Amino acid sequence: MKQEVPFLNVSGLTKGFGGIKAVDSVSFELKKGEILGVIGPNGSGKTTLVNLITGFVKPDAGKVYYQGRDITGWMPHRIADLGIARAFQMVKPFYQLPAFKNLIIPLFSPRVKRLAGGKYGDRDAMAIDLLEEVGFERDSFVPFKVASVLPHGYLKRMELALCLALRPELIILDELFSGLSMAEVASMLPIIEKLLSENLTIIMIEHRLRELFRISNRVIVLNFGKKIAEGPPKEVMENEEVKKAYLGSEAE
Amino acid sequence: MEYRKERIDRGIKARTEDIYALFSYREMLYLLLPRVVPILILLLLTLMVSVYWQKVLISTAVFALLALSWDLLTAVGMVSLGQALFFGVGAYMSGILNHDFHLTPLLSIPVATIGGGVLCTILLLPVLRLRGIYFAMVTLALPLMLVRIIEATKIFGGTEGLSGLSGLPSIRFELYLSLLAVLVVLFFFRRLINTDYGLVLRGIRDNDRSVMRSGINIYWYKAQALFLASSVGAFAGALMTHVYMFVGMPVFEMDYSILPIASAVVGGMGTFAGSMLGAFILVPLSEALRGVGGLRIVIYGLFLVIFTVGLPEGIFHYLQRKYHQFERWVKVEK
Repeated sequence: MKQEVPFLNVSGLTKGFGGIKAVDSVSFELKKGEILGVIGPNGSGKTTLVNLITGFVKPDAGKVYYQGRDITGWMPHRIADLGIARAFQMVKPFYQLPAFKNLIIPLFSPRVKRLAGGKYGDRDAMAIDLLEEVGFERDSFVPFKVASVLPHGYLKRMELALCLALRPELIILDELFSGLSMAEVASMLPIIEKLLSENLTIIMIEHRLRELFRISNRVIVLNFGKKIAEGPPKEVMENEEVKKAYLGSEAE
Repeated sequence: MEYRKERIDRGIKARTEDIYALFSYREMLYLLLPRVVPILILLLLTLMVSVYWQKVLISTAVFALLALSWDLLTAVGMVSLGQALFFGVGAYMSGILNHDFHLTPLLSIPVATIGGGVLCTILLLPVLRLRGIYFAMVTLALPLMLVRIIEATKIFGGTEGLSGLSGLPSIRFELYLSLLAVLVVLFFFRRLINTDYGLVLRGIRDNDRSVMRSGINIYWYKAQALFLASSVGAFAGALMTHVYMFVGMPVFEMDYSILPIASAVVGGMGTFAGSMLGAFILVPLSEALRGVGGLRIVIYGLFLVIFTVGLPEGIFHYLQRKYHQFERWVKVEK
């Protein structure tokens, strides 16, 4: 039998910022259609890990393979072109453009043009469809409002829509739920579940463990840049080292 | 009884921003007038004024081109303090083509426009990664460096410059060519920035990392914008070379960097029409003040201060707002 190439393979990824190792030889594998949770206390290197995978930061050591291809150190737009979309923790919309015009930019990318195969629909209509998919009310003024006046909840949804516009194969969501109310999170969970059912692969960095554990069946835990545990949520939370990382160690 | 002023957008404005549905001649005129009237005024001016003021109009058009070019770069997030670089490179290139290769101006100007655009883009390629003030510093330094290189190595006529170049057929020709160029560039840029391509350019200024994660190579787009902007500047320079029939070190002077920025600020940034309007106010104003004598610069500076303090948004933004809204006094209900 042919050995299967993992969808995403991260091996020994390391990045230091002036003596502090933000990410220290982290390795993991990802299968297609899987959702992987990444958790860890503040400053444990989760966002740096995302930056390393998506090319915004160049690693000191280690490799990233995507569908068997070495993409270590590629430019961010080339990595995005392969179908790896990311949502930023600090939302990065185009504040001066109306919400639906924001999505024109990923829809205008070479990747989307290539996948559409020359035949191209109305981009504005596609943009509004995408916004509806992430929970914008279609028959309201919201999609036409300038992004700078939208509330945080909508900007987080738009961050997801900006990823989806790229027709990605892998989405990396960096704390998509941060700063959202319980009700908002509850309304966004079905959207993520639907994406999973469409065989999308997702890496989810999250502080909201309860919501994460509802949809994810495998998590890795980072602490001070090192991977300290990996496995199903229940098992991981029983791990002594993880408890220590989250709650602090006793008598030291 | 208290009153307050109410400002309401005209209905046609909301409709016409994306959907072009016009219901009457009045609405068509509403859209056409602001575009046609300035062109007619320009045309009338060219027929009425003396030869001296025709020369002033040509140099106004040249500064308007530089201001348009500056406005495009700014829309992409590249603040240029060195419009003189584009101007000077275009001017010298056209001059050399005419002086050493005996090309007629009708050929050397287009070649210098494209060639100057390519050369300036290549010169600035290494600093495309820089943003804001860092990019600005490099653009400020480049024209100053080029002028010293010409002085030190005595190439291209050194400090004397190249004189005795061929001129254009007539002053009318120069005038209409320069004004036509301004209008073409103005309408082209205004159209371009609202296409999907233009959205990507504006997105780069707004949030370049977000454009990158959308799978778009921002350096390629920035280089294209730089080429467009520097070609326009190079055309202005090439035209001026043949108007003066001379090219020398003054083409790299700070005037060509600063006045376009002042024009854009006074006229209103980000609309292109504002930058052009600014140039058409500032350059003739500076000429008109020549009679005043020693206090010319003081009065000129005062005008700049009054404009920027009184209308910080720029004249064009103000006019546009007034045109699209009507105002009325309404009673305040207690």
